[in-house]
Amino acid sequence: MKLQIDRNHLMRALSHVQAVVERRNTIPILSNILLQAEGDRLQLTATDLDLEASDAAEAKVGKAGAITAPAQTLFDVVRKLPEGAEILLEQKENQLALSVGRSNYALPTLPAGDFQTMAEEAMPVSFEVESAELRRIIDKTRFAISTEETRYYLNGIYLHHAKGANGNVLRAVATDGHRLALAETKAPKGSNDLKGAIVPRKAVAEARRLLEDAPETISVSASDSKIVFRIGEATLTSKLIDGSFPDYQRVIPKENGRILTIDTKAFADAVDRVATVSAERSRSVKMGAGDGKVVLSVSHAETGQGVEEVEADYSAEALEIGFNAKYLLDVAQQIESKEARFEFNDSASPARVLDAEDAGAQYVLMPLRV
Amino acid sequence: MAVTGPRQTSVCRDCYAEFSDARQSCTQCRSIRTYSHPQLSELAVAHVDCDAFYASIEKRDNPELVAKPVIVGGGKRGVVSTCCYIARTYGVRSAMPMFKALKACPNAVVIRPRMSVYAEEGRKIREMMLELTPIVEPVSIDEAYLDLTGTEKLHGHSPAISLMALQRRVERELRLTISVGLSVNKFLAKTASEMDKPRGFCAISAEEAPGLLAPMSVRVIGGVGPALEKKLNAAGIATVGDIQRLDAREMVKRFGETGLWLHNCAFGRHARKVTTGGERKTVSTETTLFEDVSDAAALEDLLWKLSQRTADRAKAAGVDGRVVNLKLKTASFKTISRQTQLHAPTQLAQSIFRAARPLLAKETTGAKYRLIGVGLSELSPAGGDALDLADPKALKRAGAERAADVARSKFGEDAVRTGRAVRSQGPKAD
Repeated sequence: MKLQIDRNHLMRALSHVQAVVERRNTIPILSNILLQAEGDRLQLTATDLDLEASDAAEAKVGKAGAITAPAQTLFDVVRKLPEGAEILLEQKENQLALSVGRSNYALPTLPAGDFQTMAEEAMPVSFEVESAELRRIIDKTRFAISTEETRYYLNGIYLHHAKGANGNVLRAVATDGHRLALAETKAPKGSNDLKGAIVPRKAVAEARRLLEDAPETISVSASDSKIVFRIGEATLTSKLIDGSFPDYQRVIPKENGRILTIDTKAFADAVDRVATVSAERSRSVKMGAGDGKVVLSVSHAETGQGVEEVEADYSAEALEIGFNAKYLLDVAQQIESKEARFEFNDSASPARVLDAEDAGAQYVLMPLRV
Repeated sequence: MAVTGPRQTSVCRDCYAEFSDARQSCTQCRSIRTYSHPQLSELAVAHVDCDAFYASIEKRDNPELVAKPVIVGGGKRGVVSTCCYIARTYGVRSAMPMFKALKACPNAVVIRPRMSVYAEEGRKIREMMLELTPIVEPVSIDEAYLDLTGTEKLHGHSPAISLMALQRRVERELRLTISVGLSVNKFLAKTASEMDKPRGFCAISAEEAPGLLAPMSVRVIGGVGPALEKKLNAAGIATVGDIQRLDAREMVKRFGETGLWLHNCAFGRHARKVTTGGERKTVSTETTLFEDVSDAAALEDLLWKLSQRTADRAKAAGVDGRVVNLKLKTASFKTISRQTQLHAPTQLAQSIFRAARPLLAKETTGAKYRLIGVGLSELSPAGGDALDLADPKALKRAGAERAADVARSKFGEDAVRTGRAVRSQGPKAD
C-alpha cells in the first residue's frame, strides 16, 4: 500500500471512526484501525466488535493495499501535523511509514486479514431521515439513558415507529427508571417497519458525532440485530441491544391535573443556583408550587439552606414535591420554548413536563421522597 | 459511697469504694477485686461485651451444662456461634465450622441457638445500659459502645463506677457476666474490653495507648481482617509497633487512605463517635447448606427463600436498602461477595431476588457452595414502594407482596406462598 493524502482529509475521516476503538484492549488488533487504499479512496474502519465505523477520504493511491495500524497513535500524529500537509503513507514490511517533509514515523502494523469486520446481512428496514431531525430526537433523549448494568435493555435509545398525536412518527425513548425522555419526528417513508431497536449508548454517541457534520439527509437501515447509519461517506454499523424495552406508555401520566407553566430559563437558573447547597449524593430539591409562584428550596444539615422563588402560572391546590436537581436541569435544558409546562398529580406520583414548541417531546420525572 | 473528692485512682469493683492510691485490695470490704488506673475518673467511652453470651445463657438455664464444654451453633454443617470458656480451652472458636470444632472438642454439648431467648436477654441488658446514658451504640445482640461523657453529675459518680455497677446488676439480675473496656474512643474501649475477659474491667488512657498497643498484632485494629493483615505482613508489618515506627506519610504512600487510618489507630487515635440509631449497616440472612450444592436451580430456590427472610427483617426493622449483596462460600471455604446497586431503595423480597439472581447466575458455573446468603446495605428509613419508570409492573408486584405479608402475619408463614416453593414462580424474568 502506498498513497498520498491531504492531512485535513485524513484527519476528518480518522476523527469520524477512531472513537469507536476502545482505549484498553486485550486483543491487539482491536486497538488498530483498518486502512484500505483503492482507486482514489482511502477507506478507514474501526471496530469494538459491537460497533463498527468506517469512512473514506480522497487520496492519490500509488499502490492499492490494506493494513492495520494503532488507531490512537495514528490519530494523535495526524492531529499534530500542520493543516494542509501532504501525508505520504506507505507499507514497508511490517510497518506503516508516515512522512511529511522532515517528519518521519513508522508505526507497527498487523495484517488486514486479522481485522474483524461485521458480516453483511439483509436489512429489511430502510429509510432516509433528515439529519437535523435525527440529531434533535437523539439530543432530547440521550441524557436519560441508563448506565445500570443489570438492566442492560435500558442502556440505549429505543428507536421505533409509533402512532403519535398527529400521525405516524419515528420515536426515540430513553429511561433510567427515574426519568424518561421521549422525542419524535414525522415518520420518514419506509420507517413504519421499524418495530423497535434499542441502539446502544456508544452507538448513539458515535452517530451523534457523525451527524455533527452531515449532509441534509442520511439513511438508516435495520435488521432484528443491527442498525446501520449511512452519513455521507461514513457508515456506522451497530449491534442492537437484545432485550425488550419496557412498555413506557404505561408510565407516562396523561391526566395529571395540577398544571404549572414557568419561564424555562428563569426556572433552570434557579434550580442550578439552589442545587449548589444540596447534598452531593441525592441533589434533592424541594419544589413548592403555590399561587402564581414556585419556591425551590434545599435544606441540608451540613451544606446549608437555599431558597429561590420563581414567578409561575399556577392556580391549582398547593403542592410540595421533591426532585433530583440534575434531572430537573437536564429536562429544562431540553425545553426549546420560552415556557415549560409541568403537570403534577401529587407529591408521590410522576410529573410530566412538556415543551410548547415541540408537541412530540415529553419528559417524565419521578419525585424523590422529601 | 464516695461521691466527689480528690482525684481517685483505685476503685473496688465490689463495693465501689474509691482510693487515691493504687490498691491490691479493698480496705472497706476486703475484696481483692480492685481496679487501679491513674486516669480512671476521666475516661468515659466504654465497650461492653457479654461473655460467651449464648453459651452463658444456656448454662444459666440448664445447670447440668455448667461444667461441660458447650457450643452454640447450627447443625452438623453449621458454624460455631458462641462457645463457652471451657470449649475455648480445647481450641474451639466462634465462626469455626462445626466439624472442626467437634474434632477439637469431641465431647462438647452442641446446642441449637435459641435466638429469641438471646434477643430478649440482650434487650434487657440494653435497657440497663440506657439507664446509664442515652448514647448507646449496639454492635450486635450482646455488644455495645456507650458514651458516658457528662453523666457524673447525674449518677453521682464517675463512668467507671457506673459501669462496674452495670456489671454487677447484670450478674445479679440476669446471672450473666459482661466485660467492660473504658477509654477515650471506641477502638481503645474495644481493645480494653478484650484485655480482661471474662467478667473483666480494663481502662486505657490515651497516653498509654501507643505503648500498650505496640506489641499487639495488627489484627487488634478493628477493620484489619485476614486480607489486610496478609498485605501488611508482606510489607513487614506484623505488630502495631511496626506501624508506629513508620512515618504517617510512608503509610499513606504504601496503603493510601487505609495507611493513614492505620497510622492513627496505631497510636490509639480513632475519630468515630459513639452514635445511636441508624448505625445498622446491613440486613441479611445466610444459610450453611446441609450438603454442598452446585445446581443452579436449587441455589436459586434457596436465594428466593433467603430474599424473603431478608425482606422480612428489613420490613420488621423499617428500613430500605439501596445495595443488594450476595454471599457465597465455596466447598473449599473461599468466600465470594457480589453486590449490585438498585434503581431505588427497597425492602421487597422480589426486588432483592431480582437483583441478586443475575449475580448468582454468574457464579453458578459448576462450583459447589456450602453457604449462600443475601443482604441489603446502604440502608435508609423505609419510604414506601417507588414507581419505577422502567418497570411499569413493579408497583403491582409490590402491592401483591404487601398483601401476602398481611396474610402471612394473620394466618402464619405458609398462608401465602409465591409459587417458588412450588418451584419457579418467584418473580419471573421479564
